[in-house]
Amino acid sequence: MTIDRTGTAERTISVTVNGTRYERVVSVRRSLVDFIREDLQLTGSHVGCEHGVCGACTVLLDGEPIRGCLLLAVQAHDTQVLTIEGLDGADGGLHPIQRAFWEQHGLQCGFCTPGLVLTAYDYLQDQHAPTDADIREAISGNVCRCTGYQGIVRAIHVADEIWER
Amino acid sequence: MKPAPYAYHDPTSVSETLDLLEQYGDEAQVLAGGQSLMPMLNFRLARPAHLVDINAVDGLDYIRTDGDTLRIGAMTRQRKLERFDAPAGAWGLLAEAMGHVGHPSIRVRGTVGGSMAHADPAAELPAVVAALGGEVTIQCVDGTRPVGTDDFFEGFFTTALQPGELLTEVRIPEWPADSGYCMFEVSRRRGDFAQVAVAAVVALDADGRVHRAGVGLAGAAGAPVTASGLTDQLVGEVPANATVVELAAEYAAGLTPPDDLHGPAEYRRHLVRHLVPRAMARAVDRAGSASTA
Repeated sequence: MTIDRTGTAERTISVTVNGTRYERVVSVRRSLVDFIREDLQLTGSHVGCEHGVCGACTVLLDGEPIRGCLLLAVQAHDTQVLTIEGLDGADGGLHPIQRAFWEQHGLQCGFCTPGLVLTAYDYLQDQHAPTDADIREAISGNVCRCTGYQGIVRAIHVADEIWER
Repeated sequence: MKPAPYAYHDPTSVSETLDLLEQYGDEAQVLAGGQSLMPMLNFRLARPAHLVDINAVDGLDYIRTDGDTLRIGAMTRQRKLERFDAPAGAWGLLAEAMGHVGHPSIRVRGTVGGSMAHADPAAELPAVVAALGGEVTIQCVDGTRPVGTDDFFEGFFTTALQPGELLTEVRIPEWPADSGYCMFEVSRRRGDFAQVAVAAVVALDADGRVHRAGVGLAGAAGAPVTASGLTDQLVGEVPANATVVELAAEYAAGLTPPDDLHGPAEYRRHLVRHLVPRAMARAVDRAGSASTA
C-alpha cells in the first residue's frame, strides 16, 4: 500500500481501535464515526445528529470521551480508540455497565446505548457513589428518545455498585 | 450530511499555518477543536476550499501567568481551562464558566481560541473574557496585533479576524486578589448555548464602593457584549442591589436581543434585567474589601 501522509484529498492513517491496529486510506472528509462503522465494520457506534448534540457517536479517544461525528478520521491517526465493541466483562461476557443497563431496563431500541455506556464508563472511572443529580448531569450530553432516562439512571447507580474499579 | 469537498492541510507550526492562510486567504478556514466548525461543515453551512487543521501545531496549548497577565494559548482545550486552579483574583471565573460550555465530550476537543474566533453570540467564553476586560492576539505573516474584546466582536459570528489571520492567544488582565465573580446562565437544556448568560466581576475598595467592575453578556445581542454602560455607572458607588436593579432595567431596555426559536427578544431582556443584579450581588458577596483582605 502506498503510504500517503501528506495528501490533501486522501491520507493513509494508522489507528488502534479496541487494541487492534488498522492502517487504511481515507478521504479527508470522512468522520471518525463513519470510518469506524464503514471502514472497520464496527457498527456499534451510531450516527444520530452529525452535529455533536445527541451523543450516539460517543467513543473514547486516547482515554477521553469525544463526539465521533465531529472528528475527522485523519485526525485520529496515531491514536487509541475505544468503541462499545471494546468493552467486555472479565469472563468475556458483558461488562458490568452493560449488564446493569440490561437488568435495569436502561435501553429499549438501543440506539443511544453505546454512547451512554461509554459515557458512563468514562464517568465512573473517577466517580463513586454519584447521586441522581450527579448522574443526570453526567449524561446530559446523551439524548434518549425511548426510556425517559429513569432506567438509565438506575443502571448507572447499579453499575457504580457492581463494577470493581 | 457530509462536508463538501476541501483540500486538507495540517501544518505543524504557526509560521507554516500563517503561510497557508496567506496563500489561500478567504478560501481557507481554520479547524481547531472542531466542535463548532464540524457541524457547520456537516450541514454545508461552511464550504471552505481549504481546511487548515491546526491540531498538530506546536506551542499554542498553554495557560501561564506573565507578570500581571494570564495568557492562554488558542489551542488550549476547554477542559484544561475548566480544571485551571486559578490564584486569588478573578481568573477563577474562566474555570467556573467552562462548566457551562456544552458537555464534557465537547470540552475535551473544543478550544479557547476556537470559541473566541467562532464568536457565537450565545457562547459563554466570549462573555467571560469580555467581563474580565481581556484581549486576543492575532497573528499574520506581517506581524502580530492585540485586539480588545469590544473591538474584536463585531457582529453576528463576525470578528476582527481578517483572511490570512490566526488568533493565537487570549490575554486576561489581573484583578485585585479579593475580587468577587459569578456567572449565571439560563438555557433550555443543560449544556445548551445560553439564552442569556451573565458574567459579573467586581472589586471593592475599603469603603465597600466599586473600584472596578465588569459585566459580560451572552445571548443579549447579536454578539457577546460588555455592559460597560452599566458598569461605568457603578464605579465609585456602593453596589446596593436596588442600584444594580435600576441600572440593569435601564440597560436591558436599550438592548436588541435576538428573536429566535430559542427565545423571544423580550424574554431575553427579562433575563438580563433579572440575572445581572443576581450575578452582581453574588459577585459582591464573594468580594472582600481591601481592608479585610
